[in-house]
Amino acid sequence: MAEVLFFIASIGAIAGAIGVIALRNPFYSVLALVGHLLSLAALFLLLRAEFVAAAQVVVYAGAVMVLYVFVVAYVGGADQPPLGARAGRGLKVASGLFAGALFVELCLATLGSGLSAIDSEGAGYNPNPPPGVSSFGSPAQIGELLLTKFLLVFEVASFLLLIAAVGAVVLARRRGGPGVGEETRLSVAELVRPTGTGTTAEGVGGPPGVPSHPRLPEAEAGPEPVPSTRGAGW
Amino acid sequence: MSTVKICAWLTLLFPLAGTLVNAFGFRVWRGKAAGWIGTAALAGSFVSAVLAFLALQDLGAEQRQVRAIAWDYAVTVGVDAQLALLVDPLALFMALVVSGVSMLIHLYSVGYMASDQGYVRFFAYLNFFVFSMLLLVLAANFLLLIVGWAFVGAASYMLISFWYRRTTATGAGIKAFVINVLGDVGLVFGTYFIFRGTGTLDFLGTFAQVEEVFAVNDGELVAGCLLLLVGAFAKSAQIPLHTWLPDAMEGPTPVSALIHAATMVTAGVYLIARMWPLFERAPAAADVGAILGCLTLIVAATTALAQTDLKRVIAYSTMSQIGYMTMAVSSGAYVAGLFHLMTHAFFKALLFMAAGSVIGAMAGMQSLDRMGGFRRVMPFTFGCFVVGGLALSGVPPFSGFFSKDEILTYVADRGGFHVVLAIIGYLGSFITAVYTFRMIFRAFLGTPVREADELERGHLAHGEHRNPLTGEEEDTGVGFPGADHHIAEREGTMRIAMGALAVLAVLGGLLQVPGITHAVESFLEPTFAESRYFEELAPSDGLTYIGLAIGAVLGLAGIALAREVWLRRPGTAERVRTRARPAYVLFANKWFFDEIIDGLVVRPARLAGTFAQQVFERLVVNGLLVGGTSGLVRASSAAVRGAQTGLLRYYAGLLLVGMVAVSGYFLLMA
Amino acid sequence: MAISWYLVVSAFVFCLGAAGVLTRRNPLVVLLCLELMLNAANLALIAFSRMHGNGEGQIFAIVVMVVAACEVTVGLGIIVAMYRRRLPIDVDELRALQG
Repeated sequence: MAEVLFFIASIGAIAGAIGVIALRNPFYSVLALVGHLLSLAALFLLLRAEFVAAAQVVVYAGAVMVLYVFVVAYVGGADQPPLGARAGRGLKVASGLFAGALFVELCLATLGSGLSAIDSEGAGYNPNPPPGVSSFGSPAQIGELLLTKFLLVFEVASFLLLIAAVGAVVLARRRGGPGVGEETRLSVAELVRPTGTGTTAEGVGGPPGVPSHPRLPEAEAGPEPVPSTRGAGW
Repeated sequence: MSTVKICAWLTLLFPLAGTLVNAFGFRVWRGKAAGWIGTAALAGSFVSAVLAFLALQDLGAEQRQVRAIAWDYAVTVGVDAQLALLVDPLALFMALVVSGVSMLIHLYSVGYMASDQGYVRFFAYLNFFVFSMLLLVLAANFLLLIVGWAFVGAASYMLISFWYRRTTATGAGIKAFVINVLGDVGLVFGTYFIFRGTGTLDFLGTFAQVEEVFAVNDGELVAGCLLLLVGAFAKSAQIPLHTWLPDAMEGPTPVSALIHAATMVTAGVYLIARMWPLFERAPAAADVGAILGCLTLIVAATTALAQTDLKRVIAYSTMSQIGYMTMAVSSGAYVAGLFHLMTHAFFKALLFMAAGSVIGAMAGMQSLDRMGGFRRVMPFTFGCFVVGGLALSGVPPFSGFFSKDEILTYVADRGGFHVVLAIIGYLGSFITAVYTFRMIFRAFLGTPVREADELERGHLAHGEHRNPLTGEEEDTGVGFPGADHHIAEREGTMRIAMGALAVLAVLGGLLQVPGITHAVESFLEPTFAESRYFEELAPSDGLTYIGLAIGAVLGLAGIALAREVWLRRPGTAERVRTRARPAYVLFANKWFFDEIIDGLVVRPARLAGTFAQQVFERLVVNGLLVGGTSGLVRASSAAVRGAQTGLLRYYAGLLLVGMVAVSGYFLLMA
Repeated sequence: MAISWYLVVSAFVFCLGAAGVLTRRNPLVVLLCLELMLNAANLALIAFSRMHGNGEGQIFAIVVMVVAACEVTVGLGIIVAMYRRRLPIDVDELRALQG
């Protein structure tokens, strides 16, 4: 029974992986990765690592992949052929070759290593351990380890998460006002001018007191390079 | 410290103090103050030298070589040079001549250089020169001698190029300096060869060891002495290193009087006389010196016959007379040579001073072709010129007569080929008389020129300020001669100096009249006590008197010939010139030495320089070595830069390839 | 199943991810392939943890997940910033660091 489950999960994982690299639409690649992650969670369960499997599903497939989905929706990335005409076939063949070589080497390294334990099913597993000892893979064991032996790791990992969050905010924030590098020039007359008088631009569309030079549109209005107010301005 | 030592140091330090006072007070001294400071310093030096002389004579004859040591100068393994002065008769003789004549020339310059903008600088340089010369003659070891030698060369350069905005002057200064440096190199190498054998730089120590260390005509000793001769000849302007002396007349006349007549050019003679133990042990080198001295004597005398620049005639005369001195000291006639050095200093300085006066009357022009008839308007100058000329020509009873004939009789007494040298010397003295009086008759007698007439009317001629050699116009600011000219009849200081020298030129010979007085010889005896030739050379009375008679006759005959050619029959000179045209061309072109040196030395050097620059420097060094290494670096960095494509996938691919390679390696190793 | 099977699967997925990094041009997909490689490493870690019988490998795997999450965050932030600046979203075009 375990073998059947193993094969199904493995095939799912490998199929997901192939989907990631082979599908053209990046959105489909994200979905393929989600499938891969779920298969991997199944493999973790087969290895009795319950907590990690749950974390994989909730954190990885649940949070990280959702973030990915949002960004892919925003950025897009049109359907591009996986390789342009330039880099071409040579790169495909070469990368395939080297990946294959790496696979062979890894297999040799692990399987031919003379480590006898890899032929076994792992160390003994006691689902009902005596009190005071947590069973393998249980949350209790993870919690115990995190708070005793790997305390520093725990703290540093939380710190890292904080840094990443701050960094992401900084990277992706939008600067308000006119685009970066543009100047605003307001003349005093514009500030004192009463409502209803003034330029044709106001008459057409902008509120009074609007700076008298055309303003470039915000970047999130769409990827058109042509500022839309130009026809309405000077 | 004893009186001798103190006075010796004072002799040396007075001119140094004068230099420093003048140099540091450059902006302070007004009017003629700098001149009087310089003269006072030299007066102090001369007095100290006299006191040292008197104190030395008080010591017994055995103790007359005193070493005055100040401190250790360069003492290390194998070298033992101290800052020491050797005060012995030879050194004091030279010091007296140098300081005495220098003092008179300083006095002369106080008046002569009065309108020059570089007045203070002149006296600073002149004092520095005297200090260097005194250092040279008083040095007790080779190291200080070389230091003094080099300083004298530097001072000579500074003084020849005194009017430094004249390109002819700076060119002449450079020429003099380069040839002097060549001599310096010879001197240093000669010292090395001698030092290698004896192991000491000290003079007295070296001389004591010469007999033991070197065999007669030992190869090293001969090489060393020949190199010392190179140094001596460069300094004393003997063939083949003589070409700088005529050009050195670009300097002001007092400079010519001091350096190129009385003192610097005699340094070579002093060197040979001082090194007599070495030269007597290496007769080969001494003979070379004698032959070259004789050659110089005759070449210079003939060249002087055909020169038209007043100062250059006197310069070639100097060269010729120093040829006599070199011949003398190389042949073992030390006293004769040094005696002639002293009398020559007197009458040659006098001649230069008088020439300066004439040039002042000519508003700076020096050409004999444009001079004439100054006798009546410049009687004092004429008198001095005649006195100097008679002394130079060897007419009795003037000093030059006794000294020159003593040289010739002693050299003849040496025997062998030296007799030939003596005969050439007599011929030279005849030619000396001819050219000397040619100069006098052309400048002072004959029809008076425009400048002489102006002077008769009472004012000094003012011409445009021009370079006397090339004729180009100059102004009178710093670096050029001053606007005013000075003549002896008007300047008291010039008259005093010239008068003193005239008296000395007349009476100086009485110090060593053959058979009657021998003051110079007895004074110098302690220095040359063990010299072979000092003992042996003693011409018989008959030879001496015959020599004196021949000398007098030749001198008077020369004067008579000059009178005939240049005075009585005015056209004779041109006729002789056309009839003996090749000889005239040879003499007028200074025996083509300048051209020979240009072809042998200057051109190849220039070619080598051009080759080095065009081929070696440009192609090999710049192109191959510098350009090659930088090009190599640039090419290799371009090759390495090729790996920075900027493509992300390229880098990832490299990572993967690296990973595969490393794991493969470890797998294979396991 | 024996541990070695899990290791083979892990190696295979890892190499697939490496090939994907090299061949895809869209940076989003490159990041996805990097995730593949990280997950393959996670699988290997869990497999070895099971082999030894202690929980250290699982802690390691959890930390790897944390790091992967941070990396994805920052990487996507860069891609969004690139998109805002109207730069082409193509790793071959972004060659400003060439040379």
